[in-house]
Amino acid sequence: MVFTALGFLLALALGLVLALMRLSSVGVYRVVAGAYVEFFRGLPALLVVIAIGFGIPLAFGTILDRTLSITLALGMVGSAYIAETIRAGIQAVPPGQVEAARSLGMSPARTMVFIVIPQAFRIVLPPLTNELILLTKDSSLAFLLGTTLDQQELAQFGRAALNEVRSLTPILVVGLCYLIITIPLSYLARRLERRFGSAGMPKGAEV
Amino acid sequence: MTETVVRVTDLHKSFGSNHVLRGIDLEVARGDVVCIIGPSGSGKSTLLRCVNLLEVPTRGTVVVGDHEMTDPDVDIDAARRSTGMVFQQFNLFAHLSVLANLTIAQRRVLGRSRDEAEKVARHNLERVGLAGRENAMPRQLSGGQQQRVAIARALSMDPSVMLFDEPTSSLDPELVGDVLDVMRGLARDGMTMLVVTHEIQFAREVADRVLFIDGGVIVEGGVPAAVIGNPQQERTRTFLARVLHGTAEV
Ligand SMILES: Nc1ncnc2c1ncn2[C@@H]1O[C@H](COP(=O)(O)OP(=O)(O)OP(=O)(O)O)[C@@H](O)[C@H]1O
Ligand SMILES: [Mg+2]
Repeated sequence: MVFTALGFLLALALGLVLALMRLSSVGVYRVVAGAYVEFFRGLPALLVVIAIGFGIPLAFGTILDRTLSITLALGMVGSAYIAETIRAGIQAVPPGQVEAARSLGMSPARTMVFIVIPQAFRIVLPPLTNELILLTKDSSLAFLLGTTLDQQELAQFGRAALNEVRSLTPILVVGLCYLIITIPLSYLARRLERRFGSAGMPKGAEV
Repeated sequence: MTETVVRVTDLHKSFGSNHVLRGIDLEVARGDVVCIIGPSGSGKSTLLRCVNLLEVPTRGTVVVGDHEMTDPDVDIDAARRSTGMVFQQFNLFAHLSVLANLTIAQRRVLGRSRDEAEKVARHNLERVGLAGRENAMPRQLSGGQQQRVAIARALSMDPSVMLFDEPTSSLDPELVGDVLDVMRGLARDGMTMLVVTHEIQFAREVADRVLFIDGGVIVEGGVPAAVIGNPQQERTRTFLARVLHGTAEV
């Protein structure tokens, strides 16, 4: 499926950037990426699809091309998950690899690009295929935006919604409810992860 | 000929409240082999890692060649090129072939062309007795072969000093000899070397100077015949007695 392929590519690229930001020594990057991940991991893909098919017309008064909306929605949701997978993969690269690279005079950035990321991708390949499967399932949500122009139901909702702003409120409320449930859950997960001693960042690998 | 390649002055290193190095002074002249011996946890690795700034010293200065490693404004990546490090666990880049392990830093750091980098790499593989294994992956090699590749990788950057941290400690006994032979060859070729080792026989035979470290200070240092053959300090004698009589953990 086109959506899945495009969405996955976007998710992969965005996920890598987010993972690097989360491991950065710059606090602002960590906070921004952390917030992004918590937000999109906490929302069901359905809501994001609706928000884009529905909210963007509301906010900007334009209706996005359908392929673009779906790709964007899947990419945004997928990247949140993939960022966490890649981050774990980067942290799983043995610290000795980083030390060897640094001892040869490689800068932190070169070490990341030529030594850590290639090995991290090998480590995360199995979980990454898992993300691909999840994304494939989510791409079924494309039906919400219809497959032909006639069927662009949601887009029509969006058009209708342009005239009736109140109807966006329920979606916002539902989204908020999800986040209220999922964000504490991910905090819990992180505490458990820390408790059971997951690998730290390899020394000197910050970018 | 007494050009100093490594000069360590009043080096201290603490990890939190653990004061590991407590004032180390050390000089290594060009072409010299200095062996560091001492019990486990005495700070040998920490000292070596402070020399190329893999650990940042708490106090004191480290100078290697023209570079003051401890200068806050130093270009650390440039400064590290003057040191080559060999680790106990080899640390070959697991995703790269032997040849790529030897060429990647030459190309990405020194900016050498592929041809030039490969030429240097092949020359150094030959020095460590592994010509012809260019295309092997690290996991296909024995520990001893991996360690020799790691030595060749460090040599390929033309360092002015080689740092060895217990290079044979994680090898099967029958593979230790090959690695020590390579190191003997380097010493003969005039390479400046700082070697942390438990191989007392190697130190006795190859070292120009031996330093015995305990509790984060150099307890005793001098020519092998003195430090190993006729130690003056009680702590040195106790340590050597334990190592030479084959007690496994020291
Ligand atoms: N990164 C670190 N963080 C905290 N403590 C450390 C770290 N590295 C070393 N230490 C501590 O410093 C002390 C000296 O360690 P070091 O590895 O230098 O000893 P060593 O002489 O090399 O011992 P061995 O013969 O076992 O290799 C130990 O108490 C160790 O726990
Ligand atoms: Mg050690």
